[in-house]
Amino acid sequence: MPKLKVDGIEVEVPQGATVLQACEAAGKEIPRFCYHERLSIAGNCRMCLVEVKPGPPKPQASCALPAADNQEVFTTTPMVKNAREGVMEFLLINHPLDCPICDQGGECDLQDQSVAYGKGHSRYTENKRAVTEKYMGPIVKTIMTRCIQCTRCVRFAEEVAGVEEIGAIYRGEDMQITSYLEQAVTSELSGNVVDLCPVGALTSKPYAYEARPWELKKTLTIDVMDAVGTNIRLDSRGRQVLRCVPRINEDVNEEWAHDKTRHHVDGLVRRRLDRPYVRRDGKLAPVSWDEAFAVIKAKVDAAGSNVAAVAGDLVDCETMYAAKALLAKLGSTKLEGRQTGMDYDVSSLGAVNFNTTIAGVERADAILLVGTNLRWEAPLINTRIRKAIKKGAKVYGIGPETELTYKVEWLGSELSLLGGLPEAVAKAFTDAKAPMVIVGGGALKGGHGAALGFARQFNLVRTLEDGTAWNGFNVVHMAASRMGGLMLGYAQKGGIADVANAGVTFFLGADEVDFTRFGGFKVYVGHHGDMGAHHADVILPGSTYAEKSGTWVNTEGRVQRGERAVFAPGDAREDWTIFRALSEVLGHTLPFDSLSGLREAMAAEVPALRNIGQLAGYEWNPPALDGAGQGTLAGYPIKDFYLTNAICRASPTMQRCSAELVHGETFAEAAE
Amino acid sequence: MAEAAQIPDEAETRARWGGFAWTEENQKKANAILARYPAGREQSASIPFLDLAQRQVGEETQTQGWLPVPVIEFVARQIGVPYMRVFEVATFYTMFNLAPVGRYHVQVCGTTPCMLRGSDDVLAACKNKGLIKGKTTPDGLFTLTEVECLGTCANAPMVQINDDNYEDLDYDRTIAVLEALAKGEQPKTGSTIGRQTSCPEGGPTTLTAMVEDNHDYRGEWA
Repeated sequence: MPKLKVDGIEVEVPQGATVLQACEAAGKEIPRFCYHERLSIAGNCRMCLVEVKPGPPKPQASCALPAADNQEVFTTTPMVKNAREGVMEFLLINHPLDCPICDQGGECDLQDQSVAYGKGHSRYTENKRAVTEKYMGPIVKTIMTRCIQCTRCVRFAEEVAGVEEIGAIYRGEDMQITSYLEQAVTSELSGNVVDLCPVGALTSKPYAYEARPWELKKTLTIDVMDAVGTNIRLDSRGRQVLRCVPRINEDVNEEWAHDKTRHHVDGLVRRRLDRPYVRRDGKLAPVSWDEAFAVIKAKVDAAGSNVAAVAGDLVDCETMYAAKALLAKLGSTKLEGRQTGMDYDVSSLGAVNFNTTIAGVERADAILLVGTNLRWEAPLINTRIRKAIKKGAKVYGIGPETELTYKVEWLGSELSLLGGLPEAVAKAFTDAKAPMVIVGGGALKGGHGAALGFARQFNLVRTLEDGTAWNGFNVVHMAASRMGGLMLGYAQKGGIADVANAGVTFFLGADEVDFTRFGGFKVYVGHHGDMGAHHADVILPGSTYAEKSGTWVNTEGRVQRGERAVFAPGDAREDWTIFRALSEVLGHTLPFDSLSGLREAMAAEVPALRNIGQLAGYEWNPPALDGAGQGTLAGYPIKDFYLTNAICRASPTMQRCSAELVHGETFAEAAE
Repeated sequence: MAEAAQIPDEAETRARWGGFAWTEENQKKANAILARYPAGREQSASIPFLDLAQRQVGEETQTQGWLPVPVIEFVARQIGVPYMRVFEVATFYTMFNLAPVGRYHVQVCGTTPCMLRGSDDVLAACKNKGLIKGKTTPDGLFTLTEVECLGTCANAPMVQINDDNYEDLDYDRTIAVLEALAKGEQPKTGSTIGRQTSCPEGGPTTLTAMVEDNHDYRGEWA
């Protein structure tokens, strides 16, 4: 634990910390471009120069200098000021002065730091260098003349995303950052380089020239594109969400977000359901809310208690609770959320939860993936596995071979392997200190019991050597609503087959259901004109996650709450108010008339939903299931990463990503 | 930037070089190179492999050789590193040619010592023989490149042609070297004025007594 002085302030930093980190610990701001906490140290921008005693009589790059005992660091001396001004002058030699037309303007590290630490003028009168634009795919727009070659994007691609497709070619003044042969970068995380880029060289292509940062209203909410529950910030102007960026949450997404999270937002304003519809003579006709409710009342009165609710992948707990409460008033508990017909055992939620926690993955030293393509099902858990591998973890896989950006030893596709692993693999798990298994949605059918058997066999639930509790049994879900739905009872023993015979079914934004199985009257409460709306008899326009305050529970059981960024279009309403209004028409008025009232009632029923930001803390009490794995995994549930729900199917950006990155279509760049 | 080598038309290059593989002889050399590095450090072989590949391309095309993209990818596959990492190396070093060159790659040093000693004359001689910077002559014999210091400052000005240096040049001697090469002869490499390596011109200027016998200087040290 080195102790050193920064501008006279004594600080103690952990062994291996750098001088820059020590300066930060002392509350000193050190300007930097290439240094990033989550990437390796490059030390090539030279902006973080400080004066260090003892040491050579010249400024030193603090990001690459280990902090040592009895160092004295100075960050405000004339030497440091001079050095920063000099570095900034060099950086600006080739940087164009096009801030007024640059998308980074207003949130640009170079802009800010040149104001704070620059000289204010340049002595350079020669011609500036110009660099041709590079093609990096449908998400990242490049204006490479602005590049200051900090290589953050190169390091991100190599270290975090795991696709070594970005690099620096040529040398010296000719050095250029580019993707390999200017092909699209084939990573689901490519959008993060836009945030990492300290200048305007890499900007967001879909968001190009849309808005200035200071015009945007920033709303903190939770991403619903997968079950990780990425913490995001929605930037909106007027009634439109213009972009989505991740917030830092070390327990969930660190500071990353995948491309679907970032760029589905243009789908929020397309294909929207903005008024109620009723199907008459086979065609959907626009009606008023009152008319729609009257039609539903007639059907519900006829159906009696034979009503059901099917929750989609994106809905919040409030919506599900409101529907549940209404159904309870009608005398029904036919609730189901596993749209594709899964019927795994949910008698103990611990057995279908990501128990290790997302951050905990980094501590694992032997990982078995069962029927999961994590790269598409939960890209941000995949990056955690990459971190675990860096610390020495071994990864084995059961399922069809697929590229996960790291080395996986594929054992085969038979789920029976769970009960009879090859000897070497079994030994690896016996010897492992923190072993874990990750069961994907593809393997829950036929492999759930076997995976629990595996957990028993290798004692995955244990106390680690450092005394902390460890539960290595994990299920990774793909739907943001899944864990919340299971907590609220959206699961029948036989899956969706148990509710299909209902006289009236409410579909809460459910689009992936096999609608032909439902013979009764179908009410779709949702926001996009997708599959659900096509099959509905009545459509009640609801809100997307961006248009309501809601609670979601992610795959590790973390309860998180998002706020409303914009208002829903047209006559669309927040979903819970729809059920509240409908309940009055049906003569079974729900006992809450405000969101806080609803939340109180919900928390009274499921107390864990009160603890925002906390893990729900399910008990580990696995059910006794048939321990033999059955069947062979033919593929993975997600066929197209970019088109997994109604919002991204409505998004032109996601359609383009799908066509180009999944289906390999080529798009000619417009000639300029 | 505009002068940077343009990567030639891909479909055509891929058709020509897509099937690139080591010759039997080069396979042996490649194995020997790879054996120098410990397991897991195969990336260290990037530069020797690229050089070997460029030489093989050179043999196949009767030129000094270059590195088509499929050949770079072949090298990357051989050592199991991503294409981009090897591509970065190939573009970084000027000894790797990213576009086809002629049979003789004439690299004229234009850095300060050579310039002071008359590299302009060397370039003028090249120009008068029809060589143009960055281009290959129509007969496919010569490609001219002006390069930075090649470390032969004591014998400036110099030119590196393929693997050999020609030093102590002036206009006439440069013409002579180029003409000899054009005729298919091998001019004498090294200094063109007959001095041995980088010894002083006109014989030794220090330790002159040592030329004849093993003179003991110790008594003369004051």
